[in-house]
Amino acid sequence: MSVLTIHGLWKSFGDNVVLRGIDLEVEQHEVVSLIGASGSGKSTLLRCVNLLETPDDGTIHLDGEEITDPRVDVDAVRKRFGTVFQAFNLFPHMTVLDNITLAPRQVHRVSRAEAEESAHELLRRFGLADKAKAYPDQLSGGQQQRVAIIRAMAVKPRVMLLDEVTSALDPELVVEVLAVIRELKESGMTMVLTTHEMSFCRDISDTVCFLDGGVLLEKGPPEKIFTEPDHDRTRAFLRSVLESGRF
Amino acid sequence: MTDPVWVKSERQQERERIRRSQGLRGASVAATSAILFVVLVVVVVLNAPGWPRVQDTFFDPEIFVASLPAVAEGFLINIKIFLIAEPLILIVGLLVAVIRTSTSPALFPIRALATAYVDLFRGIPTLLVIYMVGFGLPALKLQGIPNDLVTLGVIALTLTYGAYVAEVIKSGIESIHPSQVASARSLGLSRGKTLRFVVLPQAARRVVVPLLNDFVALQKETSLVSTLGLLEAVRQAQIMAAKHFDFTPYLVASMLFVLLTIPLARYTDRLAAKARRRQGS
Repeated sequence: MSVLTIHGLWKSFGDNVVLRGIDLEVEQHEVVSLIGASGSGKSTLLRCVNLLETPDDGTIHLDGEEITDPRVDVDAVRKRFGTVFQAFNLFPHMTVLDNITLAPRQVHRVSRAEAEESAHELLRRFGLADKAKAYPDQLSGGQQQRVAIIRAMAVKPRVMLLDEVTSALDPELVVEVLAVIRELKESGMTMVLTTHEMSFCRDISDTVCFLDGGVLLEKGPPEKIFTEPDHDRTRAFLRSVLESGRF
Repeated sequence: MTDPVWVKSERQQERERIRRSQGLRGASVAATSAILFVVLVVVVVLNAPGWPRVQDTFFDPEIFVASLPAVAEGFLINIKIFLIAEPLILIVGLLVAVIRTSTSPALFPIRALATAYVDLFRGIPTLLVIYMVGFGLPALKLQGIPNDLVTLGVIALTLTYGAYVAEVIKSGIESIHPSQVASARSLGLSRGKTLRFVVLPQAARRVVVPLLNDFVALQKETSLVSTLGLLEAVRQAQIMAAKHFDFTPYLVASMLFVLLTIPLARYTDRLAAKARRRQGS
């Protein structure tokens, strides 16, 4: 059974229809990338999945449970997702350590000692051991985003949702963040991510989905999507990315 | 390859020399102009035709000394009112602000009540609130209603300033970027915990300066309680002024209020500067 099942998902903002009946399944340990031009609905799809947006129609199931049911406990559902945003969104008034341990302590009722212990371990694993007491504004963009990823991992989520996590970073900082995501994949984490980094996407994804105008136009393994896509629109998009030098 | 070593260039040394002498000249110009200005003001004021009368009416040293103890004793009451009212105002303000920014449908009646409270007590002049609470409440002769003037004054000021402070805190809450809330909620934090751990701590830092400004205003508005007949600083000054037929006691009271305000004002400046430095980095 798949971990995440999205069926017939529609979402609009006013007159702007952003998602037009998306169907998508994500298996355990699978890494699914969403690619497509700005405004194609990638981020909205992720925000619908963790219920930051309420879909207009369609269903989302997480481990067989429908999370789009209005009676569902939203906080309980969100506990099972780890979300990382483009703009990091760390809490500026808290140290790195407090940022990471807030949710484990307050949501998952882990003791402070235990939460800090595992936070330190994650920081060590991702080369940020000396930054535990630092505040977000004392870190580089790449370090902030790595902390944001650790913060999302600290609650041991079922699925990680990564929304353009490298788009706000200087090119030389992108590498360190991508390395973290690569390690996540190796640890078997199920992930859905949106990205503009095509070579990274090709490298890490099990499945690549091309969204165009709110429609999931094409889906397949990266070798297929990047070399012989079925649709002209996919080809045109990849060509434009290639020309902009982001491949 | 060895690391480059910095030897200060001659051009740089010359630049620093010029900057030093410019700085020195700036300081001496400021000092000279300040001294000249003070001398000029003193000479003009002392030679002005009405000066002896002004001095007599406002700056009579004997009356100053004579009225200081009574006015200062009254001033202790102002400080007491201020110190009790301030934490109460913070509690009321925080509560009302949180209610007003809530979205839960169940809280609708309380939200409407909070909005009505703010609308009312920001609109009614403080003096009227003091009259209504100070004279009106005891006149009801209900059981449990205090008739101690300090308590009544504190209630009136808390009602008025609670509404102001609620609006300041509310604007602070609303100034926190929605992405912070989205991020906290994505981690599974409930609305309440998001407010407590993420929104309010950040909002508090932003509202400290306008909040202290309101408290500076509160410090002097404690004098309005004198209208109830409470023998605080302004009332004592009035009595002294009437007794000596001279305005110097008012100067004494003013001086005490200013002396109380200045430390808070400087502290506010320092906090603001600190916040600016943090933002700038």
